Amino acid sequence: MNPLLDVEVKTIRQLTPLVREFTFAAVDGKLPRFSAGSHVQVHLPVPGRALRNAYSLLGDPSEPSSYRIAVRLQDDSRGGSRFLHEQVKEGDRLQLSPPANLFAPSSQARHHVLVAGGIGITPFLAYIAELERRGASFELHYACRGGLTDAYRAELAERLGERFHAYDAAAGRRLDLGEALAERPLGSHVYVCGPQALIDDVRETAARLGWADKRVHWEAFAAAEPGSPFVAELASSGKRIEVPGDTSLLEALEQAGVEVPNLCRGGVCGQCTTPFLKGEVEHRDSYLSEEERTTALMPCVSRGRCGSTLTLDL
Amino acid sequence: MPVTLKPLESYRDDFTFRNSPEAIARFPFPFPEDQYMYSVNIEPATPGAPGSIYEHWFDIDEHYRSETTERAKVLQKDPQRCIVMPHMHEACWDTLEVIMTHLAADYPELFRLTRDGDQWTWENHVQDIRQSFTFGDADTLPYEPLEYIGRQVQGDFALLDQRDNDLFMDAGIVTGPADWSLAFDAGMSFKQWHSPVPMAHELGVFDRALKYLLNIQVDRPVRRLNWTMTINPRLDTSSETFHEWGRERGMVTPENVGRLVHLRVELQFMARLARSNALMFSIRTYLISLEELVTNPAWAQRLHRVLRDLPQALADYKGLSRYRQTVVDWLRQYDPEAAA
Repeated sequence: MNPLLDVEVKTIRQLTPLVREFTFAAVDGKLPRFSAGSHVQVHLPVPGRALRNAYSLLGDPSEPSSYRIAVRLQDDSRGGSRFLHEQVKEGDRLQLSPPANLFAPSSQARHHVLVAGGIGITPFLAYIAELERRGASFELHYACRGGLTDAYRAELAERLGERFHAYDAAAGRRLDLGEALAERPLGSHVYVCGPQALIDDVRETAARLGWADKRVHWEAFAAAEPGSPFVAELASSGKRIEVPGDTSLLEALEQAGVEVPNLCRGGVCGQCTTPFLKGEVEHRDSYLSEEERTTALMPCVSRGRCGSTLTLDL
Repeated sequence: MPVTLKPLESYRDDFTFRNSPEAIARFPFPFPEDQYMYSVNIEPATPGAPGSIYEHWFDIDEHYRSETTERAKVLQKDPQRCIVMPHMHEACWDTLEVIMTHLAADYPELFRLTRDGDQWTWENHVQDIRQSFTFGDADTLPYEPLEYIGRQVQGDFALLDQRDNDLFMDAGIVTGPADWSLAFDAGMSFKQWHSPVPMAHELGVFDRALKYLLNIQVDRPVRRLNWTMTINPRLDTSSETFHEWGRERGMVTPENVGRLVHLRVELQFMARLARSNALMFSIRTYLISLEELVTNPAWAQRLHRVLRDLPQALADYKGLSRYRQTVVDWLRQYDPEAAA
């Protein structure tokens, strides 16, 4: 595995009551460069847990002297966002996994339509820096709730002018995707990051309006959601691992010293796919086919049924 | 341990290329078993033993002068061996950066890089180059960045754009390919440029390999070996020059086989490029004559068995069919079981 990056929290900014921005600098040496759309996994030393949450890098990719992320406090937080909001202070040290990109801008796009919902704005901040540097044509649609989930709204409005469209639900403005995606020039690509409902809406609307699949890109920032406790059993050793309700199977495996390759920790990249032999699975990924799900699961999000035992081929 | 570079030898015309005993000792013999079949033989490219070809990202060996001179000759005759599509400029700068940083760190006696923001100075003591330039500004270099650094490193480079869950060969500098052509493959997807390969598609090799390559992360490169055979130590066996080398397959006799026929092994090295998110696919080619190879008895015995039992479709695809039997007959003397 790659060595983790040791970083220091340089600055923390409270952008809205729900959104905090963190700037990280390397403790020694340099931070690796990254491409627009990349994320890092932040390792969170929550007592008694080994949480790793994935966050988009929102700085300018051409200036990688520091990394920035923005974190929304989640109502149903399993502890990660709450820890970052309430425990982490400037000067603290954290560990990051190196950047990985599952949401890169397409090299073939002639025009980029960016659609953000709430904290889904984060990858697009890096996009905007990159697209401006390339002199690319783009526009940004930002669905938010004024004063709560509208981080960066004022500076984006100033920076982008007519290319920026904000839809403040608190002021009764709704994003009309039928309008935003209609009659766009051929060669346009649409990118969406936000809640699942928004992603579904963009994909359905684009399909209805005749957009080719390969011109529609999305990134769910879904992290593992809590569930019921169950037991995972490793077929090779017979070892039994208790998985509490607020811990993902992947995290429980990692805590037990079992490393499983992973990138997104949100059920989309397929890296952590693990075969199972026995047990009932609650599949929560958006990657595996129905057929694959009969023999494998993605432990970053999926779980065994409540109280059951799941035998993994590990 | 500093590399000792040989004086200039040739990969064409009089073919003076030879391997020293040290080069033979570090040759990447590619067969782990007596039988060969396609597999997804990709592994993490963790640093190998000191002196081995796996020690560094970019292996510089005794043939450095000859190989870079050969590349310059090929590019002079055929500039289309370096192709960069407009959306790949970032990936070219990424490539220049990784090659320069690694060469300077791994071979400080040969290369030196000084960086001050975007003002860089690159020194190549072998080629007597001292170049100051602005990183990101192609006008400050004598060549486009991929070609500039490509002329100073051994091995071919294809840069793959990643989009639509696929890889596209949208840039490269390829002067020593094993019977393919960058100009022909340019713009193709992963499965398109692999479509001539027999049997492997049915085995699902390319589905699995593509999935693996798409997920390669920055600073976590992977590698694999591939192989074929070449008549004479000829690096440029590109489709474009087939008329020059194809006929040589008919020249193999029992008398000249050991000298003429070469095992050609490619160390393929794949790394994610940080700024562009493109995938760098480098192909570092090692040539060894059968005469040189049989100085290692275990290799001689195994190569005999591999070639003897190689499926015909693979022999055809690799272009071995015309002279395979002559090679097998000659190698038999080194296989105690078969010779008896």
